Amino acid sequence: MQFDPTCRYLPTHEWVRVLGDEAVIGISDYAQSELNDVVYVELPEVGDAVEKGEEFGSVESVKAASELYAPVSGEVIAVNQDLETLPELVNQSPFGQGWMIRMKLMALGELEELLDVEAYRALCEQG
Amino acid sequence: MSYVPLTETGRRDMLSTVGVSSVDELFTDVPRQYRYPHIELPPPLSEMEVLRELQRLSETNADLQHIVSFLGAGAYQHFLPSVVNHITARSEFCTAYTPYQAEISQGTLQAMFEYQSMICALTGMEVANASHYDGATALAEGVLMAYNVLRGQRHKAILSPAIHPEYRAVVRTYVQGLDIEIVADDALANDTRLPERIDDDTFCVAVQNPNFFGELQDMDALRALAEAAHARRALLIVVGYPIALALLQPPGAYGCDIAVGEAQPLGNALNYGGPYIGYFACRQQHVHKMAGRLVGQTVDVGGKRGFVLTLSAREQHIKRERATSNICTNQALCALACAVYMSSLGPAGLRRVAELCYHKAHYLARGIAQLRGYDMVTSRPFFNEFVIRCPMPVRDINATLLRHGIIGGLDLSQVGQDLGPDRWTDREMLLCATEVHTRRMLDQMIHALEQAS
Amino acid sequence: MMQAASEPLIFELSSPGRSGCSLPELDVPPADIPQDMLRHDLPLPEVSEIDVVRHYVRLSQLNHAVDIGFYPLGSCTMKYNPKVNDAAAQLSGFVHTHPYQPADTTQGNLCLLYELQQALCAISGFDAVALQPAAGAQGELAGVLIIRAYHQAHADQRRKVILIPDSAHGTNPASTAMCGYQTVEIKSDARGNVDLEDLRAHCSHGVVGMMLTNPNTLGLFDEHVCEVAEMVHRCGGLMYGDGANLNAIMGIVRPADLGFDVMHFNLHKTFSTPHGGGGPGAGPVGVTARLAEYLPGPVVVRAAAPAPDSSDPQDAGRRFELHWPEHTVGRVKSFYGNFAVLVRAYTYIRMLGADGLREVSQAAVLNANYLRCKLQSTYRLAVDRTCMHEFVLAGPPPDARGVHTIDIAKRLIDLGHSHPPTVYFPLIVPEALMIEPTETESQETLDQFAADMIQIAAEAQADPQLLLDAPHHTPVRRLDEVRAARQPVVRYEAQPTKEEHGEPAHHR
Repeated sequence: MQFDPTCRYLPTHEWVRVLGDEAVIGISDYAQSELNDVVYVELPEVGDAVEKGEEFGSVESVKAASELYAPVSGEVIAVNQDLETLPELVNQSPFGQGWMIRMKLMALGELEELLDVEAYRALCEQG
Repeated sequence: MSYVPLTETGRRDMLSTVGVSSVDELFTDVPRQYRYPHIELPPPLSEMEVLRELQRLSETNADLQHIVSFLGAGAYQHFLPSVVNHITARSEFCTAYTPYQAEISQGTLQAMFEYQSMICALTGMEVANASHYDGATALAEGVLMAYNVLRGQRHKAILSPAIHPEYRAVVRTYVQGLDIEIVADDALANDTRLPERIDDDTFCVAVQNPNFFGELQDMDALRALAEAAHARRALLIVVGYPIALALLQPPGAYGCDIAVGEAQPLGNALNYGGPYIGYFACRQQHVHKMAGRLVGQTVDVGGKRGFVLTLSAREQHIKRERATSNICTNQALCALACAVYMSSLGPAGLRRVAELCYHKAHYLARGIAQLRGYDMVTSRPFFNEFVIRCPMPVRDINATLLRHGIIGGLDLSQVGQDLGPDRWTDREMLLCATEVHTRRMLDQMIHALEQAS
Repeated sequence: MMQAASEPLIFELSSPGRSGCSLPELDVPPADIPQDMLRHDLPLPEVSEIDVVRHYVRLSQLNHAVDIGFYPLGSCTMKYNPKVNDAAAQLSGFVHTHPYQPADTTQGNLCLLYELQQALCAISGFDAVALQPAAGAQGELAGVLIIRAYHQAHADQRRKVILIPDSAHGTNPASTAMCGYQTVEIKSDARGNVDLEDLRAHCSHGVVGMMLTNPNTLGLFDEHVCEVAEMVHRCGGLMYGDGANLNAIMGIVRPADLGFDVMHFNLHKTFSTPHGGGGPGAGPVGVTARLAEYLPGPVVVRAAAPAPDSSDPQDAGRRFELHWPEHTVGRVKSFYGNFAVLVRAYTYIRMLGADGLREVSQAAVLNANYLRCKLQSTYRLAVDRTCMHEFVLAGPPPDARGVHTIDIAKRLIDLGHSHPPTVYFPLIVPEALMIEPTETESQETLDQFAADMIQIAAEAQADPQLLLDAPHHTPVRRLDEVRAARQPVVRYEAQPTKEEHGEPAHHR
């Protein structure tokens, strides 16, 4: 089970990795293993404004659908187009090629409220 | 006779296994004061008696096998080839359940896949689901789907006033709890002005072709409407008549995003209004927003082709309160009838049915137009339905026709009561002819109308 | 019974120039057709009648069905479909009537609909019924809209929440959302009842109502159902009953007596109309008197006046007409409902009568308890209580190694006697197996099913691979659902070669 130390996490298993004033967001290895084979990812459109805690999309497997919650607020500047034809990237490389959206950050302070990798790992090992 | 095979010995044996002395002991959780109520129903009947009773009831109706009818308006008399009922009556099709265990449901699944494929061929669209309850609910689901494609950020749905009034009523029922406004279908509205009504708060515009009055829309106008909708990122929904689609340009050819309609004419009998079947087709890019069952092709562990229900995550049993629709079923047996009908007729046969409908309706119209006191209201090209103005109220004309063994067309002042008064007077009649009407029947009708005035 | 080879698509049997139907010649002069409106190709299959018949007959042979064997799908009530129902529904005088025919020419239909409305009222204790909804889910939508209309009429706009037990069917929250309301989940207690404390905590003036299935999806009769209804009523909400499990309580108790205000029926479950491979069904909705004005319409009533050409004032009572409830929530579908399905349900009720329906529920509940007792020492029950017409097992036996409920289901298919039960529902029981035998099955059938399940439990321990690879003998084996969802192929497209599918290009 992979836990990426360069990311911060929501208890709902979304991760965010910050580079300057931009953030990349996806779901964790733990999340993809719970979901099993991802068949479809519904993502927002470039230009959308997303608030922290708001739903920004959903990820579907054959038997389940999960909402995706934004760990931070910002404006969507890119979505991972590859997921349209290769949703399995979320399973194969959840922290890498399975990234979902890139945002321009509104408020850097929001990162402090998120779980760091150790806190997130602990959460996963509990439940 | 309750179809319970339990014998006295069996009951005693089973009760003993359960560890109770009577069935009553199994109902102790039911509040005592409400247990074993008196149910007021007629006494039970044997099979012979019940059939006699149902026969008696059915014979008090005017059976359209014995009396000619010129009613259409959303329910159509077409000839059903004998193979249709032969196949749909098969136990393996009609007493099977929804194909959740795909390995023992390949019959239903493949038949639904074939139905979906045929609807795509007929409508010119890329994907079709395994059906909705009827044309009206298919339209309502189309409106909800368009709302969701635009992510709930827009709130206006434009409905042409020339769409079947019952269909528009159903859409209104479906959206009454949501933040959606239906516009443009006021009684005096004009279909040609629809493009003007599209704005940035519009998420869809819907038209019917041929419309409720049988009129065929101009191809250029339809293409222009599609362009106007797309320019504002709104979706175009087209309600169709599947028999007409065998002859005429399909919605997929002129920019339609969602094609819906009533597929009853394809192999399903009139049955006093149901069960019918709503066909629903859309663009591939929107398939994840489409409600309803969907059968997909795949392979099994041995690489063999097979069929399964797919994209189930769209549906209510997974999405629950986030589902865009609560639909949980399709009209599978009706869809099977459609598939058998379309296979049986083939493209040439279906086209031939459409031509017969077209020419017979036009012959009838020409004959009536020549009668003194009757006028053709329909001025545009029409498929197999048209409106005439009668010299006296339709109610009286139809009463006279009935005494001569004919059921006349629809009195237009009687529909649209769902939506309040319409622009029609009590003298307009909507008539329909199909391939079941012989020349003799058409001549009789023309003569009877003449006599009735 | 089952075919070995799989069946090509009807499109793959197509040969240009073939046709399966004859049509009469045109007997009137043709009219002009606007050329620009014509289409030029219609890619439907071209086959002869013999091809159509063989193809669909062969396809039918790939299905399991109630008429073939046991089908213990929990919550679906797969009871035997009496053939007399089909004979009645196929009477010409029913089949060949148009919904817009004058009422005087369809009195048989209207009488049947009226009497069916009355019968469903009698069985349920409700005061009025609308037959229009095409399916249970539509009946639910109508029901929630009725409750909404009631609150709106009482100028009560603050209510926004519907309470739904965690065991509920997915249509319940979906219907709620379609009416613009929010769902709040209420927990079930250890005995499978609605948790009264959790319910009490959520009852407030913001509650629109509660949707409850009783017996519930665990197959259990709620031990406090009256109290649940009272609590909801006390805070001003209404009780919606999901009538999917009515087969357990006909003649035993009437839902209206328990405190339900509105309920939908599933005629294709309780009232023996065929499931058709997924439809058509019918989902009428019943209400108490104070809600009757909101029913979807039109409904059928006794005519106020006699027929125009009748001199007999008594005639009024024997005539029927369509009527719009005064504050109707509107139409939920075109015309009057799935009439041919309604004819079947009516025929069934007329044959059985009140005593017959009670016998049905008593036998359904006895059969389920019998099966529960035969399986409860091999499998774990979700809740150890007397069940109603169905019961839920909590997954494979405790000592099963690495097998899941899905594997038990697939192995049952191998044993050839029965369709698997409902799996993975309700969601509150992990690895759930929901078993509903119905009253139309004999003790021998139940014994065979129990023997199969016990055999599979033994296999799960001794040779789990047998379950994991099941089914072995069906025309297709386990299908790749992930591929079907990732690369949706939902229509036939002519392929350049057939070898891709491993199928011959033409049927031999």
